[in-house]
Amino acid sequence: MMVENLSPPLLEARQVAKHFGGVKALRDVSLSIRQGEVYGLIGPNGAGKTTLFNCLTGLYVPDGGSFIFAGSPLAADAPHEAAARGIARTFQNIRLFGNMTALENVMVGRHLRTRAGVFGAIFRDPKTRAEEAAIQRRAEELLHYVGIADRAWDLANNLSYGDQRRLEIARALATEPKLLCLDEPAAGMNATETAELRRLIEGIRQDGTTVLLIEHDVKLVMGLCDRVAVLDYGEKICEDVPAAVQRDQRVIEAYLGGGHLA
Amino acid sequence: MKWMNSRSAAGIALVAVALVALPFVAAMGGQAWVRIVDFAILYVFLALGLNIVVGLAGLLDLGYVAFYAVGAYVYALLASPHFGLHLPFWAIVPMGAATACVFGVLLGTPTLKLRGDYLAIVTLGFGEIIRIFLNNLNAPVNITNGAQGITLIDPVAIGGFKFSGTTQILGISLSGPQKYYFLLVALAIVVILINLRLQHSRIGRAWQAIREDEVAAKAIGINTRNIKLLAFAMGASFGGVAGGIFSAMQGFVSPESFSLVESISILSMVVLGGMGHIPGVILGAVLLTVLPELLRYGVGPVQQALFGKVLVDPESLRMLIFGLALVLVMRWRPAGLWPSSERRRELAEKT
Repeated sequence: MMVENLSPPLLEARQVAKHFGGVKALRDVSLSIRQGEVYGLIGPNGAGKTTLFNCLTGLYVPDGGSFIFAGSPLAADAPHEAAARGIARTFQNIRLFGNMTALENVMVGRHLRTRAGVFGAIFRDPKTRAEEAAIQRRAEELLHYVGIADRAWDLANNLSYGDQRRLEIARALATEPKLLCLDEPAAGMNATETAELRRLIEGIRQDGTTVLLIEHDVKLVMGLCDRVAVLDYGEKICEDVPAAVQRDQRVIEAYLGGGHLA
Repeated sequence: MKWMNSRSAAGIALVAVALVALPFVAAMGGQAWVRIVDFAILYVFLALGLNIVVGLAGLLDLGYVAFYAVGAYVYALLASPHFGLHLPFWAIVPMGAATACVFGVLLGTPTLKLRGDYLAIVTLGFGEIIRIFLNNLNAPVNITNGAQGITLIDPVAIGGFKFSGTTQILGISLSGPQKYYFLLVALAIVVILINLRLQHSRIGRAWQAIREDEVAAKAIGINTRNIKLLAFAMGASFGGVAGGIFSAMQGFVSPESFSLVESISILSMVVLGGMGHIPGVILGAVLLTVLPELLRYGVGPVQQALFGKVLVDPESLRMLIFGLALVLVMRWRPAGLWPSSERRRELAEKT
């Protein structure tokens, strides 16, 4: 499942650095993600994977370096602009709108691509009504797409863990991203759920969305990703196809402290 | 869309009849009771405005009365002998709403990064600043007439129809408060409709998303700065309209009417009734306006009958019972007296 090396980079990180006090969470990390691939980001706990996500999506302001997305630089501190440019994400510790229904959660995701304002809301002119109907239709489609259409009217808080993860993906997809960033989507899932998640991500890729994946589940990463980068102590120590990464001595050392991969 | 079956149609008809009959029933206890009902509706207004900020967007605002004050003073200054201006009601009320809206943005801008307790303290300060300004803007140029307030404010008049004094309509004699009642009910219906529609709209969902998780809201592309300012502005403009009507009804405003206690009691209405749930907020506003008055009129005579004299000042007992009621509601019905079914479910699962 190799993607041609010729496809242009969708996202380029150029020497991105971030420190918290004396802790260097990211040390000049550079990577480039090609259009249409599933790019894995792995590394031991505390290696800086989520920090990189937060810098990319504008939640943190990097202390150095920059991101070039689809040909032009990303503003450093505006999450909603990153989303508008086409970067959507999920969170490691699921962050849904708990007291809203699953359907409403996805409908909020359409905010960026719709226009109705206060006057539309109050007067409900035909244009607003049409837009509202389209928002709901699209949200229903997305719930169906991730496989939780039957839970549409349940509060997000009341969904099972696996369904919450799917809902978060549906909400992110509602923003029509070019790049979907998933932060440990399989964490806490059982084998069946993980297999379903894998099919879902493969489907998303086939539909043309590039995926950036942080994940600890080695089997999932190795089976799904076109290329993998490994972070350790804030540094990129390796970037290659999964098979090569698995054999890389530095990676083995980072994970096992010099032992051998089982 | 089939949204109204025969049962709900009958319900609406029943409510309509009750709303029409209410001022006449209340008048049997004296015009004072009609005025109390008027104020109950005015507080429904205020509580629904605050509900946008607190209930939907989740921004704890303890200075909401400032916008009420701004609306009231805009009306007072433009329709009284103080400046010799007598603009018509329909012209001033939108101005009051717009001015309150501007003040809403003024309060919102510096508090965008604050949440919870910190936001509450800043908004509390803002409410006090406005009140103190109103108290002191009588020198060097006399704008607000300071603590003496502004008197002889024009009553509401639409066309040639005045809302003060008694008039005969179709053989029925309507007092001033009764006429205001019908004006207030009409406006309240509009306000409730606006609230309902906002809640189930793109903007309303964005407000709720910010309330639930601001970081996630940002990450999916909501411009939280603008959407929060919009909540402050919308909430404030409701307060501004209520203030204008208050001014016209009373014929007199002074800074005293816009104290912190007033902000707190409006917030109590929202919380007690059921935050974010429109019927609950209406219930909270009506209860907290009418019950204290019932106590005020009831406590004295009851003591007289039991002990032969009034032992406890009705006014202080009123506040005591008010406080106790709040504590009891928060203990037994933390989501409010009439919460939305979703919120009720959520709390039931947590406890």
